[in-house]
Amino acid sequence: MRILELRGISKNFGAIHALTDVSFAVDAGEVIGLMGDNGAGKSTLVKIIAGNFSPSTGQILIRGEVRELRSPRDAQHEGIEIVYQDLALCDNLTAAANVFLGRELVRRVAGFPVLDHRAMITRAAKLFAELKSETRPRDLVRRMSGGQRQAVAIARTRLTEPNIVLMDEPTASISVRQIAEVLDLIRRLRDHGIAVILISHRMPDVFAVSDRVVILRRGRLVADKPAGQSSPQEVTGLITGAIETA
Amino acid sequence: MATTSIEEVIGHRQHRSAIAWVASRQTFWIFLAAVIACVLLSLATDTFATERNLFNVTRNFAFVGIIALGMTGVIGSGGIDLSVGSSVVLAGIVVGATMAAGYPIFVAMPLAILAALCVGLANGVLIAYAGMPPFVVTLGTLAIARSLAMVLSGNKMIYQFGPDHDLLLELGGGSCLGIANPVYILAILALATGFAFRWTRWGRHLFAIGGNEEAAGMTGIRVARVKLSVYMFSAFTAGITGVLEVGWLGGVTTNLGQSMELAVIAATVIGGANLAGGSGTAFGAVVGAALIEVIRNSLILLGISTFWQGSFVGAFILVAVAIERLRSIRQRD
Repeated sequence: MRILELRGISKNFGAIHALTDVSFAVDAGEVIGLMGDNGAGKSTLVKIIAGNFSPSTGQILIRGEVRELRSPRDAQHEGIEIVYQDLALCDNLTAAANVFLGRELVRRVAGFPVLDHRAMITRAAKLFAELKSETRPRDLVRRMSGGQRQAVAIARTRLTEPNIVLMDEPTASISVRQIAEVLDLIRRLRDHGIAVILISHRMPDVFAVSDRVVILRRGRLVADKPAGQSSPQEVTGLITGAIETA
Repeated sequence: MATTSIEEVIGHRQHRSAIAWVASRQTFWIFLAAVIACVLLSLATDTFATERNLFNVTRNFAFVGIIALGMTGVIGSGGIDLSVGSSVVLAGIVVGATMAAGYPIFVAMPLAILAALCVGLANGVLIAYAGMPPFVVTLGTLAIARSLAMVLSGNKMIYQFGPDHDLLLELGGGSCLGIANPVYILAILALATGFAFRWTRWGRHLFAIGGNEEAAGMTGIRVARVKLSVYMFSAFTAGITGVLEVGWLGGVTTNLGQSMELAVIAATVIGGANLAGGSGTAFGAVVGAALIEVIRNSLILLGISTFWQGSFVGAFILVAVAIERLRSIRQRD
């Protein structure tokens, strides 16, 4: 099923053309590796999908229907969840508290909403189990490894039955073992029928999990092809401009 | 590892036993220090463990303790409130002047707390919505609130409180079943605050903001609103204390609550709140206030010059922060 389609998306900031006529589509359960050099327009594109920016021209279709995403809340409503590069976690709280931050479960005691710690811990434990992560809900995030932090950030996105998860550089500053953990988490999301857009600089990670690679150069889409038919060498060439298009 | 069941994961706690958990809390060690100090004083002097002295000690720390509850909220959210001492005097002068003008206590007391809440509102709006640094904003309102109290009272002492004179003195200075009234109010507020910190969204959100304000905002928490509320809460506790202190002293001058903010911040920090934000408990605030008062009391009873008081309280602050620091270094390894 076609979850998300971008049609002729352009974004100008004054005279600067951050994105020019970018079109591509994402199906359910598909992992897309979105790549490009710094300034190629990746983060602008992510912010458009996340509802932070509106495109100057072009259309966003969600499940075949044209939608306007005016705010991150709109995007969330459409089933789009983002895992930010810095993960946006509170170190001083537990894993469960972070998963439910801003959407805490409460039960009514004499009409007064009281945090339902037990329900949150149980639900968080189930989410971590689904993700096959060893993260424990009562542990403080401060004491967690980079991989476990990723699991917490990803578990957050699973609270709302998302259709698409955007991950901005999830493997950027973590150890090799933890990278393997994160890549497993991405596969797990895919197995649940969730589409993942993985923004990354790390070629091996992208090729390890992606079904397709989408490459931006100077705001233009220069390649959109199955990962199996491409290679790290070709992608590098496309990113730098040594290869024009593919 | 892979064979651990979900029940085990859910049940897993940071610490193996209740004892290990308790021992990891700074509040526990401060509590222990306070208890040991009390035991030693009971043995070393025959004046400490008397009913009269314990009555005084508990009443004295109630005033700092009540505001320390509010301060724990502010510091937990990553802020600081230097204006509480001035909110105390403003509330004290308002309640005094209103009652001296012949109004009953049930008019004067809400008015006094309202005056303190105005200071909290000003702090909160400037910090949360205008984005000004808490230290500077509350330093400004510290000066303004005390000066307003001077203007209101003409800098004269008020000691005649109109028709409800006795009621006010009873409220702040009286007792019930051998325990001073302010101690009951401290107990009620401590339970309510402890509940709010642990069991409400508000408590969860304020400590989240103290931990990582940007992340809290990205999850949809209304950061500005929560920040405003913690400064209002802190001012509320200061307002209550102002009214109680006037009743206890039987009069109010514009010196009331002078440099009280330092004692309150000291109590809060000794009680386990981290000035960087993100931690603190209501129980800790009370225990921190109690420890400071026990130190002060012990110096008097042991015949040591009260000039030493600052050194002892200061040393406790440094020790408390040093313990916290050592623990965080050990955790990182």
